[in-house]
Amino acid sequence: MHLDHGHTSHGAISADARRPDGTRRALRIGLGGPVGSGKTATVAALCRVLRDTLSLAVVTNDIYTREDAEFLLRNAVLPPERIQAVETGACPHTAIRDDISANLEAVEDLEDTVGPLDLILVESGGDNLTATFSKGLVDAQIFVIDVAGGDDIPRKGGPGVTTADLLVINKTDLAPHVGSDLARMARDAGEQRGELPVAFTSLRAEDGIAPVADWVRAQLGAWTA
Amino acid sequence: MTSRSALLVLADGRFPAGGHAHSGGAEAAVRAGRVKDAAGLESFCRGRLHTTGLTSAALAAAAAYGLDPAALDAAADARTPSPALRAVARRLGRQLMRAARATWPSARLDALAAMYPRGAHQPVVLGTTALAAGLDAEDAAYCVAYETVGGPATAVVRLLGLDPYQATAVLARLVPEMDQVAERAAAAARQGIDALPAASAPLLDLTAEQHAAWPVRLFAS
Repeated sequence: MHLDHGHTSHGAISADARRPDGTRRALRIGLGGPVGSGKTATVAALCRVLRDTLSLAVVTNDIYTREDAEFLLRNAVLPPERIQAVETGACPHTAIRDDISANLEAVEDLEDTVGPLDLILVESGGDNLTATFSKGLVDAQIFVIDVAGGDDIPRKGGPGVTTADLLVINKTDLAPHVGSDLARMARDAGEQRGELPVAFTSLRAEDGIAPVADWVRAQLGAWTA
Repeated sequence: MTSRSALLVLADGRFPAGGHAHSGGAEAAVRAGRVKDAAGLESFCRGRLHTTGLTSAALAAAAAYGLDPAALDAAADARTPSPALRAVARRLGRQLMRAARATWPSARLDALAAMYPRGAHQPVVLGTTALAAGLDAEDAAYCVAYETVGGPATAVVRLLGLDPYQATAVLARLVPEMDQVAERAAAAARQGIDALPAASAPLLDLTAEQHAAWPVRLFAS
């Protein structure tokens, strides 16, 4: 963290909790996980349940298209000026971990143009089990996997499954159809993660996003406390 | 003699200044079939080095000499006919500025950031960064010459699955020319702003405009 504000008068450099004008910046939550696990659907569902009470924006990191941003636009989960796409040069994990400059620019631009914001969701492009967000970019991160990707993923671990602040195991409605053992996934996740929370979701169910939305609200409560 | 280690830190492709998302025009050249292998990569890099590479290296050297950054930024605009590439240069300048201010805090960088909150041209920021890092105009020119070819080489490894050893060998073969371009750029910058070269690559300008309109692409430019 850069606590020395001597050089931050024109744009925050990295993880400072305050904006250049001294106000508190938005809480930033990253969402990562393998391709097809439901990251964009999770972001869309979160926007729908949170947008009436919070000022929200989204940054997407598509690998080679603007599809994620366009999905959110098409579904009108937020007005277009609240959604920004970052291009990642074929390397989504680089843009969220090793060189976060384009993403920091996107979150700062969103705060400048549509702020003040309470929450910015930063969605990673679909990557592998090692992709995690830099602490210079987000304050907390959610890792999204799904039951159809194989019920051995929690056992395999990896930085995303093991260290994310919240592990979401999505598409539980598919478990009986793909032969995934939810109890085993819960047990393995618990062994990998210790005290860190796990949420099982089925976004097709009524209010299926509730456990994730509750967690996000708790993070916001801690951030603004 | 300036610090070689500082130059290595600044020139390292891992320096987090946003370059990884850009191909320097290589993605358009690969799609058009002009770069298919190591030989094509070498020709592409050679062309880029002696045109936009020379121009950018001289701008960076001039900034490291301490010439007026606003005048240099205008000079960079005048030398960048493609609106897409002007936008890219400013975006990368802004991203480099963020990394530079965190890495080598300096009043000169702060002043440039205040003057161009949306980003000055990347070579101008790079020259100013070199100064903040205790480097000189030649170092800045070398840094630009290297990144002019290093960026496309990495991109082509990703785009074509080109053998990474072959791609690196291309860079090694270009070393004498990188040295010449950096020396020429620094020498021009010593003559002042009116002597800065204006070499350009029209095909890169044209394909950058087309690339910016592609709906599906791996690199931002």
